[in-house]
Amino acid sequence: MVALLVLHGALATVLFPSGARLGRRSFLLAALAPLATLIWLVAHLGDVLDGRIITQHLAWVPQLGLSVDLRVDGFTAVMLALVTVIGVAVCVYSATYFAEGTEGLGRCAGLLVAFAGAMVLVVVADNLFVLATAWELTSITSYLLIGNDHTKVRARAAALQALLITGFGGLAMLGGFVLIGQAAGTYRLSAILAAPPSGSNVTIGLVLVLIGAFTKSAQYPFHSWLPGAMAAPTPVSAYLHSATMVKAGVYLIGRFAPAFATVGMWRPVVMTVGIVTMIAGGLRALRQHDLKLLLAFGTVSQLGFLVVLFGAGTPASVAAGCVMLIAHAAFKATLFMVVGVLDRRTGTRDLRRLPHLGREWHAVRVIAVTAAASMAGLPLLFGFIGKEAGLAALQDAGFTGSGWVLAGVTLGSALTVAYSARFVWGVLGGRGGRPESPVAAPRIGFVVPIAAIGTVSVVLGVWPALADRVIGAASRSLDTVRLLGGPTGGGSTDHAHLAIWHGANLALGLSVVAVLGGALLFAQRARVEPVLALGARLPSGASIYTRLLRGTNNAATVITGVVQNGSLPIYAGITLLTAAVVPGAVLLARVSWPGWPDTVEHVAQIPIVVMVLGAAVAAALVRRRFSAALFLGTTGYAMAGLFVVQGAPDLALTQVAIETLSTVLFVLVLRRLPDRFERTSTNRRRVLRVAVSGLVGVFVFCFAIVSRENRVATPVSAEMIERSLPDAHGRNVVNVILVDIRGFDTMGEITVLAAAGIGAVALARVGRRRRPAITAGPPSALEVPS
Amino acid sequence: MKRLVFLDESVRLIFHAVLVGSIYLLFVGHNQPGGGFAAGLVAGAAISLRYLSGGLDEVRRISRFRPWTILGTGVATSVITAIVPLVRDRAVLTALRTSFDPPLLGHVSVSTTLAFDVGVYLVVVGLVFMVFEAFGGEPVPQPVAQPVPQAGSAAEPAPDPEHG
Repeated sequence: MVALLVLHGALATVLFPSGARLGRRSFLLAALAPLATLIWLVAHLGDVLDGRIITQHLAWVPQLGLSVDLRVDGFTAVMLALVTVIGVAVCVYSATYFAEGTEGLGRCAGLLVAFAGAMVLVVVADNLFVLATAWELTSITSYLLIGNDHTKVRARAAALQALLITGFGGLAMLGGFVLIGQAAGTYRLSAILAAPPSGSNVTIGLVLVLIGAFTKSAQYPFHSWLPGAMAAPTPVSAYLHSATMVKAGVYLIGRFAPAFATVGMWRPVVMTVGIVTMIAGGLRALRQHDLKLLLAFGTVSQLGFLVVLFGAGTPASVAAGCVMLIAHAAFKATLFMVVGVLDRRTGTRDLRRLPHLGREWHAVRVIAVTAAASMAGLPLLFGFIGKEAGLAALQDAGFTGSGWVLAGVTLGSALTVAYSARFVWGVLGGRGGRPESPVAAPRIGFVVPIAAIGTVSVVLGVWPALADRVIGAASRSLDTVRLLGGPTGGGSTDHAHLAIWHGANLALGLSVVAVLGGALLFAQRARVEPVLALGARLPSGASIYTRLLRGTNNAATVITGVVQNGSLPIYAGITLLTAAVVPGAVLLARVSWPGWPDTVEHVAQIPIVVMVLGAAVAAALVRRRFSAALFLGTTGYAMAGLFVVQGAPDLALTQVAIETLSTVLFVLVLRRLPDRFERTSTNRRRVLRVAVSGLVGVFVFCFAIVSRENRVATPVSAEMIERSLPDAHGRNVVNVILVDIRGFDTMGEITVLAAAGIGAVALARVGRRRRPAITAGPPSALEVPS
Repeated sequence: MKRLVFLDESVRLIFHAVLVGSIYLLFVGHNQPGGGFAAGLVAGAAISLRYLSGGLDEVRRISRFRPWTILGTGVATSVITAIVPLVRDRAVLTALRTSFDPPLLGHVSVSTTLAFDVGVYLVVVGLVFMVFEAFGGEPVPQPVAQPVPQAGSAAEPAPDPEHG
């Protein structure tokens, strides 16, 4: 498994740079990775279907409990099959879809492989952190693939939208993972699901995980990125945005549902979101003229259905979900690829403008109609099996409100029938008129992958028993009752039996209602359209997203304008004031005054203190910058004298050296500034500044006295002094602290010093090079408060 | 630039003595007042003396190496010293010691903390060089936009490097 993942990564890395030379063939090379995974899967399929679980464990950072756990069970196998089969087909198809010489072919091929690898990792990951990492990888590759044509503003915007929304969801999900993992005491997915934790933290965690799943699977209200993602090349849309990546959320819900479906809010939330998505997506699909957008909203709607099925969490509904998962991937990938062919050959995807297609297009038409019929859920196709199984499962689910869910799903199915009909009508209709020259039929390499995927719908539709074992293994692997090794429910083994004819039951009746309703909707489209048009007045997901984004940007501008106003006095004032007021308030409220310390301990202190005070006052009063710098230096030297008197020659030495250097530095810089301080500020401001300075001074004074008398813990310095010689072999404690006890600090500090030095040189050089242009911003930025 | 023979000569006398002093401080730092940081600052003071006598050119003449090379060597020395114990399966920054008795010097005990301190020393010295490199050149006559021209400050600063 690890080898396969590495293969994906390696192939992607190779394809990035060499893609330009290989051209379209790079896609055939790219197909090797999913093909290898597929072969591996087929080799192990027997084992997995028999219920054996393949696991792999790789220690990563054992101290932190981080490890790469991989696990393949029945459900994973289904997802893997989707990722690999459609991956191979899409790669082969891409080799024809893209025109030779298109820019960024290698990048696109490399990203497809990288995505396939990430997606494989998502489904085989058994560690929550690995899962989250892979999840983000799919988001990022999706972002890059949507924006593959970076010259199009729309593509870039859509890519960013997809990234922001799914990235936000991924972050929420990671938070949820942490909450759940902490509650469970393990981050192994299989262990958590086998013994689901409970508590309010877990509930919050579940909501967060659900947000992640909803954003990824384009559920309302996070769906808006998926239609936007249609800016991606069609093969990418077929692969990422219909067959696999958007199923990641469904996959996650499928994993979690059997264990957590009974947790309070799970079913209401999931069912509501799923149903709303299914219906709203269907309604939006009916309004589209762009075939690709129609399919995109159709995908949104179908994902809603899948979320309902998996979210219900009963064994039967999960099994039905697996069927629907395969069915949807099969027909939707086919349809996308059909649209891609039409787009490439006719130059339009608008169903009002598609030209009449000649006889050579017969094969494509058959494929399109078949796949659309499977989408509509007509009998003898796999979509029908899935829908029937789903309706039956929901009918038997028997949780509160399942009747409403059933009704919602039926309505959604009717809409599905209607937009499927609309799709077929668009493709066959030829409303664009007859072109002067017949549109050339697509090449065989173009059609074969489509036909291959399309055939799946038919074969499984006619002979559903073929899928029995797979679905059975998948749903059993999700069945937590089995995972726990407890008694299995009596009926839980035969739910996997798929058949075309289950007898005249409620599910069949609902199916008939859905098909008839859908047909009616389509037949009466002239009357329905004005009603649908009302929907356009509702705020759409995209407009909400745009408004949020704009609001964030505006808020950032406003806040930056307020916070970063460029005035040095204001920065300094706010910083100092905060430093004084916040601890000062605590000081006033909590700490009692310990009384004045002994005033003078040594005679020499008196002249030194006089010198410090005098120089400080003088520094604040003088008008020449140079004099101010010298006075500042004098306070420093006087302080060094104080250190000497107190018996700290080490400190005094350092203080003197620093004072010397900083005075030199001051003088160097002062040469470039005007000789004197200018008085530019009003008197009121000056008063304010004096007040702030005074306050800070008083605070520091009080703090120094109070803190001296308010030690609660034993000072750490005692231990440092004690251990300095025996442990660090140094008698100079200060130095031992610097190079040994707090060596890391020192290392960080010298790094900062180095960075500051480099920055200073760089700044000085910039000024030297563009001397005439420099005006140094607002005048106040350079003015030192006097 | 006008140079003062008196100043030049005294700096020539003092400079190396101060440098040697700084290196002394560096080596005794572990047991007596001193250490890499203070020693580096003292060396920095010596460098400023050279600047006083001959400006930036004089400072550049001190070392063949460029300031950033010294700075980088210092950071690298410290970081490598910090990492080396990892190879011996110890925690980062563990001090490794050895002692020997070379002729003339008597018993000498050497710890890797010294190498770490040498790194700190080099960083400080390099930084001083950098500062002179950045700000020590001939000052730009009028780099700053005058906010409000006032009567008192109308006279140009007429910057004078001898000031420092």
